[in-house]
Amino acid sequence: MASLLFYLLAATALLATLLCITRRSPVHAVIFLINAFFALALMFYLLGAPLIAAWEVIVYAGAIMVLFLFVIMTLDLSPDSQRPALSRGQWAPVLLLFLLLLVSAGLILTFDPASQASVPLFYASPRSFGAALFDRYGLAVEIVSFQLLFAAVGAYYLGRRRKARQAEESS
Amino acid sequence: MNDLLLTGLLILIKLGMVLAVLLSMAAYLVLAERKILGRMQRRYGPNRVGFGGMLQPLADLIKLLTKEDFIPAQADKWLFMLAPGLAAVTALLAFAVVPFAPPLEIFGRQLPMVVCDLNVGILYFFGLSSLAVYGVALGGWASNSKYALLGALRAMGQMLSYELAMGLSIVPVILMARSFSLTEIVQAQASAPFALCNPVAFGIFFISALAESKRTPFDLPEAENELVAGYHTEYSGMRFGLFFVGEYLNLVVLGAIITSLFLGGWHGPFLPPIIWFLGKVLAVAFVFIWIRGTLPRLRYDQLMAFGWKILVPLALVNLLVTGGVLLWLGGAS
Amino acid sequence: MNLWRDIKGTFQPFWVTLRYLFKRPVTISYPEQKRTPPPRYRARMILTRDPEGEERCVACHLCSAACPVDCISMQAAEREDGRRQAAWFRINFARCIYCGLCAEACPTMAIQMSPEYELGNRDPLKLVWEKEDLLVDHGGKDPNYHFYRHSGIGVAAPRGGNDDELPPVNIKTNLP
Ligand code: SF4
Ligand code: SF4
Repeated sequence: MASLLFYLLAATALLATLLCITRRSPVHAVIFLINAFFALALMFYLLGAPLIAAWEVIVYAGAIMVLFLFVIMTLDLSPDSQRPALSRGQWAPVLLLFLLLLVSAGLILTFDPASQASVPLFYASPRSFGAALFDRYGLAVEIVSFQLLFAAVGAYYLGRRRKARQAEESS
Repeated sequence: MNDLLLTGLLILIKLGMVLAVLLSMAAYLVLAERKILGRMQRRYGPNRVGFGGMLQPLADLIKLLTKEDFIPAQADKWLFMLAPGLAAVTALLAFAVVPFAPPLEIFGRQLPMVVCDLNVGILYFFGLSSLAVYGVALGGWASNSKYALLGALRAMGQMLSYELAMGLSIVPVILMARSFSLTEIVQAQASAPFALCNPVAFGIFFISALAESKRTPFDLPEAENELVAGYHTEYSGMRFGLFFVGEYLNLVVLGAIITSLFLGGWHGPFLPPIIWFLGKVLAVAFVFIWIRGTLPRLRYDQLMAFGWKILVPLALVNLLVTGGVLLWLGGAS
Repeated sequence: MNLWRDIKGTFQPFWVTLRYLFKRPVTISYPEQKRTPPPRYRARMILTRDPEGEERCVACHLCSAACPVDCISMQAAEREDGRRQAAWFRINFARCIYCGLCAEACPTMAIQMSPEYELGNRDPLKLVWEKEDLLVDHGGKDPNYHFYRHSGIGVAAPRGGNDDELPPVNIKTNLP
């Protein structure tokens, strides 16, 4: 039952991602991406990580994609029906990456027998997840949070300076 | 086998009752809102259909169902049809994690009085409330009308900003209850509701809930004066009705969430728990309506400034203080 | 103390609305309860009669010219005694905006506004009123006014025979 659900969700995620990168209308693409995130979140839940599933929905589907949508709507990117989706030069990296993916998948499946074993099912309750995050990976969390702080300060600085210059120009 | 059947039947009855109560509450909140607003403005409000207007929701339903379901020529048809459903369904689903009474002993088994007691219940609610913006945003975009688009843009900006403050005001509650599950949060409030322990978080959550449900004074996405009807300008018939139902379902659900997070859920002296729960939900809904009857709409820059410059820093400081106090208390014991 | 003022300004209204919630509504339930409009209320038009019971309207078309939405139409006719009247007179109340310009334009005070406001109807054609429907048997707001007693052709009194009238000027001679 669980594995059937998993394959269903995986297929949904793949299909949604595929549709996402082939849509001409950016809004439709974003919607398929949200779909893919949903499938991913459910997969996380299935794998015993409800916290990550929830964060996936809240952060990616709920916040970041809304921002994407916001930007797309304000930019008014109407689908350009004349232009082909990709020119020939642009196809090359796509093909290259696809080949790479295929080869690595093949390598993993053929040479590492451990990966063929099914994932050991364990359940990460929010409590144990938090404990692991802050005990074992505390340093990494701190570094990431500092990077975010730098980004926030930088954004604030950029916005601030422009305002000051505008005030200078207008005076 | 028989046992399983009985359990299934009980669960089905529970689900049906929850759905019926939720939908009829949403329908009658529409009437209550119109009545209360009317009385606050010294009018009668709807009083024609049935005794004192009691059948007004039914009349509205018939009207909406029999109206033409119009789709604008240049609209994005699929999204246009999908969006209202999204708005209603996210609101409906969010109720699933709200516990409305302590578990019931019936036929020798425990029946939890909650649709689904997720152990990340509060995050589930939070995720759904952040998804609710899609119904509005896609509906507004798909209508291919400038008013609807502007309404959708406003809704997105507003909900994104206030979600942050909302999330930050939930964290102290989680800290105090030491759980993500709403049932356990309610059980942690047996002695005193969190609204008394942490009134700042309560205030922030209440204000952000107002903004999330797009109600006055934060109803900029549907500001009648400048945007006609905002994101649902182009909708008619039952699709508009779904947006409408979604909005009032949201009111019920937010009332229920505020009740279980801050007002102690079903806890209360003398009366049976379910009555306490319903009473608290209705009281919160009344305050929402009262606010609508009293406060004027904010300007958009005021809205954003209030959200980012007051609510978010306040929520952060509150989180810090709560954490500190809890650590200190925990250290002492 | 601005902050204090703002806080007060935010919370005081709640008390006001709560108080109003328990006050009696000032509106009335219309079809059951009705207000009596003041006598000079401007609702539907009537065609009045002079003190002698004759129709006041002389079919001068001034009202129909004054009407901004062109909802008055009539056909002029003349009686044997030379008195002018409308052969038919029609007001389309579905178009009328109750502005009162027709009543102001009328030189004979024939067309006047009455306080009767209940004209609601499901069939717009029933809102086209003919002269018979519009005529009333009283003088309206100025019951004593009689157009032909002040001016006009010699119908009620010979020309120049009214009290406030001078005899007509003889245009055939220039002697005083
Ligand atoms: S009230 Fe105004 S609109 Fe009506 S008939 Fe008289 S002039 Fe015309
Ligand atoms: S109602 Fe008055 S203005 Fe109109 S045609 Fe008759 S006399 Fe003239």
